[in-house]
Amino acid sequence: MFLSAAFFYLFAIVCVGSAFMVISARNPVHAVLFLILAFFNASGLFIMLGAEFLAMILVVVYVGAVMVLFLFVVMMLDVDFAELRAGFSKYLPIGATVGLLLLVELIFVIAAWVVSPGSSPQAPMVRGMSNTAALGEILYTKYVYLFESAGLILLVAMIGAIVLTLQHKEGVRRQSIAAQVRRKSSVELVKVQSGRGLL
Amino acid sequence: MIGLSHYLTVAASLFTLGMFGIFLNRKNVIVILMSIELMLLAVNLNLIAFSSFHADLVGQVFALIVLTVAAAEAAIGLAIVVVYFRNRRTIDVAEIDLLKG
Repeated sequence: MFLSAAFFYLFAIVCVGSAFMVISARNPVHAVLFLILAFFNASGLFIMLGAEFLAMILVVVYVGAVMVLFLFVVMMLDVDFAELRAGFSKYLPIGATVGLLLLVELIFVIAAWVVSPGSSPQAPMVRGMSNTAALGEILYTKYVYLFESAGLILLVAMIGAIVLTLQHKEGVRRQSIAAQVRRKSSVELVKVQSGRGLL
Repeated sequence: MIGLSHYLTVAASLFTLGMFGIFLNRKNVIVILMSIELMLLAVNLNLIAFSSFHADLVGQVFALIVLTVAAAEAAIGLAIVVVYFRNRRTIDVAEIDLLKG
């Protein structure tokens, strides 16, 4: 009991602290690395809640793919980030006001709302299966259309990202398959009579 | 004893930090995208906490879909940032005015 509380506070504090560093770091590469730390600790929280599959997905997909994409873009763009932070102190008062108001409201909502006593975090177990197996059991049966539409969303995102960033440079020689097939000089169509052969 | 409200408080703090980040870094698109990721992470934490404390797996299915959409959004958003930088040599939000809106 004490150990789980200690781990909860460790994960929660590091997660919120690194989230704060994400928005306040001067160097955007540091911001991305702190975001990775925040995601790792959030996946720790997911594991404490019994959602092992989503914790692994968070580490593999988010830290492994999305954050690397962020890192690539940050390093690829030659942007003067110091100049981009010029309005930082100008927006601080209004941002702090709105943020604090939102936080206070959310805390009020949580404090006013009574959870049924004695409930403890538990992985919803279906006939003693592991979390991953149970999730797969309902994801591939009851929510299969949702699952397929998620795949469709990823396909559209992939095609969209490629279409947006693909550029054809002038003066680059590349193979034109249509022109190759269409040419007359070296391709000959022969009508072959049945039973006779070509010669 | 760690209860549901502890997890909800962490998620609320993360969400607030994400929104705070959007207000603070009004000029840098990449940090705004990262703040959106933080807010979606907070939403996921809420969904999974409710799913776990109410012993209902549907919340985790929702969280999976939110993760998918967040990944797609990050990919498209970064592609737009790259294209915009290629055309204008800047990613300052205040200077994104090609549509003259």
